[in-house]
Amino acid sequence: MSKIKKITGKVYVLEDNIDTDLIIPAIYLNLVPTIPEEYDKLGSYALSGLPENFDDFIAKGETKSEFTIIIAGRNFGCGSSREHAPICLGAAGTIAIVAESYARIFFRNSVATGEVYPLESTERLRDKFQNGDLAEIDMDNATITKTDTNETFQLKSLGAVAPVIEAGGIFEYARKEGMIT
Amino acid sequence: MSMTITEKIIAKAAGCEHVQPDENVWINVDILLTHDICGPGTIGVFKREFGDTAKVWDKNKVVIIPDHYIYTKDEKAHRNVDTLRDFAKEQDLPYFYDPGTISYKGVCHDALPQEGHVRPGEVIFGTDSHTCTHGALGAFSSGIGNTDAGFVMGTGKLLIKVPKTLRFNINGEKPDYITGKDIILRIIGDIGVDGATYCAMEFRGDTISKMSIEERMTICNMAIEAGGKNGIIEPDDKAIEYIKSKTGQPFEALYSDPDCSVEKDYDYDVSSFVPCIAEPHLPSKYAPASERSDVKIDHAYIGSCTGGKITDFIMAAKILKGNRVSVDTFLVPATVEVAEGLITESIDGKSLVEIFAEAGCIDIAPPSCAACLGGPEDTFGRTKNNEVVISTTNRNFIGRMGSKDAPVYLASPLTVAASAITGKITDPRNFM
Ligand code: SF4
Repeated sequence: MSKIKKITGKVYVLEDNIDTDLIIPAIYLNLVPTIPEEYDKLGSYALSGLPENFDDFIAKGETKSEFTIIIAGRNFGCGSSREHAPICLGAAGTIAIVAESYARIFFRNSVATGEVYPLESTERLRDKFQNGDLAEIDMDNATITKTDTNETFQLKSLGAVAPVIEAGGIFEYARKEGMIT
Repeated sequence: MSMTITEKIIAKAAGCEHVQPDENVWINVDILLTHDICGPGTIGVFKREFGDTAKVWDKNKVVIIPDHYIYTKDEKAHRNVDTLRDFAKEQDLPYFYDPGTISYKGVCHDALPQEGHVRPGEVIFGTDSHTCTHGALGAFSSGIGNTDAGFVMGTGKLLIKVPKTLRFNINGEKPDYITGKDIILRIIGDIGVDGATYCAMEFRGDTISKMSIEERMTICNMAIEAGGKNGIIEPDDKAIEYIKSKTGQPFEALYSDPDCSVEKDYDYDVSSFVPCIAEPHLPSKYAPASERSDVKIDHAYIGSCTGGKITDFIMAAKILKGNRVSVDTFLVPATVEVAEGLITESIDGKSLVEIFAEAGCIDIAPPSCAACLGGPEDTFGRTKNNEVVISTTNRNFIGRMGSKDAPVYLASPLTVAASAITGKITDPRNFM
């Protein structure tokens, strides 16, 4: 996750309490994220735990998602510590998540791996967007804009994790800080 | 400045006199735990970042306990255990509990304290969210991902934010029909699945002091289900005695200062508690068991780190003795030690194994995580189609135990056993 200024793309909208079993069902945890083919496979199963009545996050026959931004409610990523969760989203092509709040380990794993930006909204955006809407995130100003109506919503600042995100993950940050070589 | 037990452990590990909530500090790690699901990825990160010939920071502090996908034909699952095996050999790790050998233990959170790797006042990180279990013995213990674990593996350190403490004061005469599971499900029901996000959940009070170490583990295990960073209980004589029976290694127990300040206090009187369940699909969906007696079930499951300890099976056996189950009832001891206990423990001269067989339970499975997290298709107890499940495990998310269409109700071993008999959600007092 190198320094990025703008993220544009289609949004996929989710509820509160999206847990890690919905993001990546346990049956796929035999895949090891550091093996490149298995990383790609994990991506192709992203959000495959969602019940059938949800729109496909990944279109049938595809391995990547057309949605680069996920907008969700509270407590996104609750449950397991499986790093497969942020990794499968990143591998599927998601660049940023904008949720009202995150479960701690998911947030941490997103930052540490640099797979997705875990951004926090200041209001309940899941009610303001629909699947497929176009949006643009401005990282410098911490805002998200809905393209067709030009409405802009404020995001929270990244706070203490900003330097880790800017460095590109925990390893790069530790190298910058001289913790490791 | 006074501190909570969690703050004290973190301060000590950071080499500072004092830390305060929300401060970010680098801390030294005493134990890194990993298993077959996250171990191979952690090793991958470790090698990618530190090089192919790198050595772990301290081989006595890396504990690898494969437990998730053990009894399966899935080839990748076997490949993953092989990866751990090769790594343990290459790094000369003394604490690798190898499946298929005499050193195999079973579920990591039950094996870790049993093998003496949990000590009060120490810092434990594990690549599993239920690593919060070990706070039951006065350690700071928390779940992390592969990348952080790869970092710890190479450096023995991690950058963490000091959590605020929520303190749960649990007092009152605990009725026999109330278990650790009923207490924690009630708390999660009250505060919600994100009620403790980023916080330490400290449990204390007369009721906790009287509880067994196993029951305290049941409570701390589910701190993560409220979003907690760690669960913790100050180590009393019972805890110290338990630790000393498992390890000769020295340790320094730490305690909250009497005047320490916490984010919030919650007071509970358990004498008024009733046996409860968590309804699908969140652990926070609390309901008294007696109010859901119209819910029919098809599948009962007793197992997992939180609900497959010897104390859990003893509770279930008390209810099942002299009764017959009316639904498929799956029993999975957490560890080999628990499996042995099922043979040696008895009630009125009958071993637990006999009691379960006479009650008509399905033959007891070998120890592992089994269907607690669904697992590969051939996993013992994995849910199918739209069967309704009652389980002593800790999560009831959609699809958690296999089938997306199989709703899971969480409950204590007493309530699960009583429900297995009647085929409906049942308050265990009906059998006590
Ligand atoms: S028993 Fe269940 S909750 Fe416990 S470690 Fe295994 S999969 Fe996780």
